[in-house]
Amino acid sequence: MTLYLPIAELSVNWLVIVALGGLVGFLSGMFGVGGGFLTTPLLIFYGIPPAVAVASSATQITGASVSGALAYWRRGGVDLKMGGVLVAGGIVGAGLGSVVFRWLQELGQIDVAINLVYVVLLGTVGGLMLREAVRTLRRTARGARPARLHAHNPVIAALPWKTRFYKAGLYISPLAPLLLGAVVGMLTVIMGVGGGFILVPAMIYLLGMSANSVVGTSLFQIVFVTAATTILHSVESQTVDIVLAGLLLVGGVIGAQLGVRAAQRLAPAKLRLGLALLVLGVAVRLAVGLALTPAELFSVFGPA
Amino acid sequence: MRAAALVAGLLALLLAVAPSHAAAPVRLITDISQNRIDIVYTFKGAELLVFGAIQYPRGSVPDERPGLAVVVRGPAEPITLRKKARVAGIWINTDSVRFESAPGFYAVATSAPIHSLVDERNASIWEIGLDYLQLSPTSSDAARIGEFTRGLIDLRRRSGLWSEQEGRIGLTQNILYQARITLPSAVPVGAYAAEIYLIRHGKIIARATTPITIGKSGFERWVYVAAQTNGLAYGLVAVTLALLAGWLAGLIVPRK
Repeated sequence: MTLYLPIAELSVNWLVIVALGGLVGFLSGMFGVGGGFLTTPLLIFYGIPPAVAVASSATQITGASVSGALAYWRRGGVDLKMGGVLVAGGIVGAGLGSVVFRWLQELGQIDVAINLVYVVLLGTVGGLMLREAVRTLRRTARGARPARLHAHNPVIAALPWKTRFYKAGLYISPLAPLLLGAVVGMLTVIMGVGGGFILVPAMIYLLGMSANSVVGTSLFQIVFVTAATTILHSVESQTVDIVLAGLLLVGGVIGAQLGVRAAQRLAPAKLRLGLALLVLGVAVRLAVGLALTPAELFSVFGPA
Repeated sequence: MRAAALVAGLLALLLAVAPSHAAAPVRLITDISQNRIDIVYTFKGAELLVFGAIQYPRGSVPDERPGLAVVVRGPAEPITLRKKARVAGIWINTDSVRFESAPGFYAVATSAPIHSLVDERNASIWEIGLDYLQLSPTSSDAARIGEFTRGLIDLRRRSGLWSEQEGRIGLTQNILYQARITLPSAVPVGAYAAEIYLIRHGKIIARATTPITIGKSGFERWVYVAAQTNGLAYGLVAVTLALLAGWLAGLIVPRK
């Protein structure tokens, strides 16, 4: 059951890794999130060196998201123009992210920084989503019409060069999704996440995209940006473990397909509630981890 | 079985060689079960058997039990050890000490407790025992160095990368010796050495060294070399494989 990983340089139980990939893939297909915010912490917890976990998780997300993205594509759920803008921003962000990553490494605060960013982002996003999902569910239960999701953010509405995104049902400046893509690309490089947990809510609540193209477009962006991230990590730090990513993928690709089908059977509001609870759960777990006295006071930082 | 054959072989060798060196000093003859450890996909760690014989002048074996230490060490590298402290409710890295030469692997097996086997000076010179490793910390504060050194030793001990096995050298007729050294799966690759010390009254009277190479081989090596030497191609292949796997799965898993 054990398998030696050539880049991580240790042996693992491959069944555990495949199961982990399966779980994450299921969530990926269901919610349109890459699931990296679960993969990376779990891999590190299992003993994989953080740099390898972050890089290989990005590779696994590429594969796990492509089947989901294709499935949504076939159903017409991808806004290509919006996706293109997000990817362009994402690649710029990935480049910036690798600079920030190295700077934090030199400071020796990379692990704490990653955890803090996770807690703040997941906590905020999860909290907002939970509030919205509960409201929608209550309204539906009362028999009232669901409120329109379209946000009217005055800052975003004021941005110049407005253009039409047909499938997204938007007439906004491309600067807003470009910036959003950049932020997400940065997170992809630093934390090994696809960034769906930010993309999906930001597209709904900030940009005001129509719900049926949100998940597909999010997956589209994730596929391209995680692919760029894999190449960036391969060139810069040689931390992509192809065997580890492959194991995660075996479970992940199957999980993703099941996830897409499960999502079709559930009401969108319930899906959002589920995702909100999951995101909040991870945030709380990480916050507790930061506050509790760590088991290891000391940690070794490799040759530098 | 294998160990018994080895012992028999060594004894024969010893009998043949021993009488010819009349006034020669004590010598150590040593060998190792594997001079090269190949890391392949099934690698779960390894056990090294370091064995050999003590060759006494004129074949006069003393009644007194000889003192021996077997050290297996891996390549040293500079590392930074960081320590966490609570700041505003959360634990962050606040203090660090850099060690210029921390071995990636270090194991010592001895025939007796280290403090009674070898004097401090010799232990420091030859780095026998975890307390005597020359880690070259870059700090002037002795208390801090002590604290961080203890922290590092504790951390590495629990990961199995550093170990101390006092009194764990097997001796046969005060001539043949053998020690087992366990390598965990997370062992770093590189050039290793097995060093054997014969110790009397705290002083080193003979020593021998055998090189060991630990390297990846087969598919693991191929992947590792590709990642190191051609990052861009490696990255492109990784992405292609990921996309292909995802796409294939989409085809295979039946849609309703």
